Amino acid sequence: MSSTSQLIQDAPVDKRGTSIVGRGNKEGNRLFREWYGELTSAPERKEHSAYVFVMGSLAEILRSFDIHTIFPEINGLQQAVRHVADDYIGQAEDYGFSADVCGYVKADVGLQLRGGDHPMGKIPPPSLAVYTNACNTYVKWAEIWERMYHVPTFTMDIPGSRAAGRLTWPGHVDFENDRKYVAGQINELIKLCEQVTGRRFDIDKLRETMAHTNTMSRKWKRLIELNKSTPAVYNAVTDGTVFLGMMNGYRGRPEGAKYFTDLVEEMEYKAANGIGTPFEEKYRLAFVGVPCYPIFRRFSEMFTEWGGSFVGSSYLWFASGGANLGYEYDLEHPLESLAEGLLVTVRDSMDSMFYSDKNLIEMIEPYGIDGIVYHPIKSCRTVSTGLADNRRAVMEATDVATLFVESDHMDKRVVSEAQLKNRVDAFFEGLATRRQRLTSTGAPTGRA
Amino acid sequence: MTYAAGVDVGSTQTKAVIIDEDLQIVGRALVSTGSNVTVAAETAYEMALQQGNIHEEEEGVGFIVGTGYGRYKVTFGDAQTTEISCHGRGAVHMFPGTRTVVDMGGQDTKAIKVSPTGEILDFFMNDKCAAGTGRFLGAAAMALDLPLDQLGPTALLSSRPVKITTTCTVFADGEILSLIGKGKKVEDVLLGVHHSVVSRSIGLLSRVGIEREVTFTGGVACNVGMVSVLNQELGFEVNVSDDSHYMGAVGAALFAMDRIVAGRSPARRTEVRV
Repeated sequence: MSSTSQLIQDAPVDKRGTSIVGRGNKEGNRLFREWYGELTSAPERKEHSAYVFVMGSLAEILRSFDIHTIFPEINGLQQAVRHVADDYIGQAEDYGFSADVCGYVKADVGLQLRGGDHPMGKIPPPSLAVYTNACNTYVKWAEIWERMYHVPTFTMDIPGSRAAGRLTWPGHVDFENDRKYVAGQINELIKLCEQVTGRRFDIDKLRETMAHTNTMSRKWKRLIELNKSTPAVYNAVTDGTVFLGMMNGYRGRPEGAKYFTDLVEEMEYKAANGIGTPFEEKYRLAFVGVPCYPIFRRFSEMFTEWGGSFVGSSYLWFASGGANLGYEYDLEHPLESLAEGLLVTVRDSMDSMFYSDKNLIEMIEPYGIDGIVYHPIKSCRTVSTGLADNRRAVMEATDVATLFVESDHMDKRVVSEAQLKNRVDAFFEGLATRRQRLTSTGAPTGRA
Repeated sequence: MTYAAGVDVGSTQTKAVIIDEDLQIVGRALVSTGSNVTVAAETAYEMALQQGNIHEEEEGVGFIVGTGYGRYKVTFGDAQTTEISCHGRGAVHMFPGTRTVVDMGGQDTKAIKVSPTGEILDFFMNDKCAAGTGRFLGAAAMALDLPLDQLGPTALLSSRPVKITTTCTVFADGEILSLIGKGKKVEDVLLGVHHSVVSRSIGLLSRVGIEREVTFTGGVACNVGMVSVLNQELGFEVNVSDDSHYMGAVGAALFAMDRIVAGRSPARRTEVRV
């Protein structure tokens, strides 16, 4: 038996007798199914649900009112990986939505037209919708629900960065003005939740949910750092999708806090013992964009077949709502701190989409990055448009190899497996030649 | 003498090249790919052997690399390498000053940035659209009922290209016929078609950065009209080899010879299935 297999076999077990190695994915999948079960049965218990988004879900406020959070982005991802998104998208297009519209939106419209029938269960209709301006599509998307369900839609307008790279922080007059602006909107949201649920706002309950989010944020930041290990302890794209589901679906919940505490325990054990992913790690990569979900497994295999391991992904930054910052709320001043936290994290989400070059350049050395894979998607012109010059900026500043491959996160019609494979193969051929050249000159060849 | 072979299975044509230890091409062949990709690869390979008067049973080919979209169907091959790498390698071999390659094939156009040793530094390809590829020229040839090899010479008879507005290969023939119907000269329309195709490739080249020397490869490089328009748009002459059509196979054969030299050749092959 190899030493790695022995280490896995000898790994500690938890109270249920489950080995901690592999626990994160197993538990994540189990909790994920449970979550969808709760959503499916919510109407029976006459519980309210809010449609929200991953970049600024306001889960803490909503949970303090026991309002379920439903993420159409996560619903869409599940439709795509289960190979049924085409049907939903087709239904939305028959209804009148253009081919140019984001695949997530159309998959959701199809879902609504089907009364919430989803491969993971039955998605209840919303009692309200809450969204930020982190993605411009969110605004029009929520209007669809407003028209369909005649429910209140709440816009949380979060001011973004004033200009590339010029951020303001607590104490600066711009920041303080922005924080007051966000705080005022939080108060409005609380009033709306009181109207919808008929319950009074409970600030202690808010503190509880925020405390759980604090744990999750702290652990999320640690999780991202742990992939500096060699070999990487998880695949930032495939395993990262499980982790993102948990980060969003269980945000502010005790189960979420426990999950990430356990996950970090697992990953720290793996890092300390040199246990990586099940695949050989020859090249350490960063991923920029949203993954190709319609052929998710095959997309991942295109890289792992060559020994490519995604040690980082910008998706773990923006789709976690900026949790990568590890921002923790001040529970003594929950509402003020929530305003500050929202401003900082949602702004960071937006920056992660539009100004990822700085973060990418900074991660190359500590994460031992051999190459960066840019994946613009047809569905999202907002983000994808900027990736070309983002990539150029990184290439001008560093010597890292990059690949630019376009497909989609939802619409299989614009995913060409053959074209993707050709480009991915050429990228790895280039990495292999580069490594040979560096080896022959005695230059560092990377960590893998 | 040891030989190496490259077999490039493209969407429309399959090319095979045999090179010797001096890296000279001793045999080459081109067949239509058709529906049976493996048979096309075997046929092209066998024809290249015959052309080079190489008897597999006696001398043998030490290593075979398959390339192109159908590279995994070169089942008698020993390795596969993408055509991106092969065109880069082939172009630098033919023209050592090459720093940028533009490869235009039946349905692909590639812009490739290479190092002096043929290492791929960056590349861009057309995505899910055949505009700007040989297919667009093929559509024009069909619409005008002209053989492909007449497109370039006919276009060069013109000095007043008609602007072609459609970018879609499928709809191009409609526009071409409409222009002819309005009394536009065939050569003027054709020159416009050539400009339209070149403008797409310039876009791809700009994305990798145009650094001289630029080498034009692929079947479309055999079109004198395309070479002329590309030179005009770039403002300088591009390199074009008589073997431009075979460049992918040449690069593949060079990679195959690398493997022989590195001592990783497989056992000699004594049978070729056709």
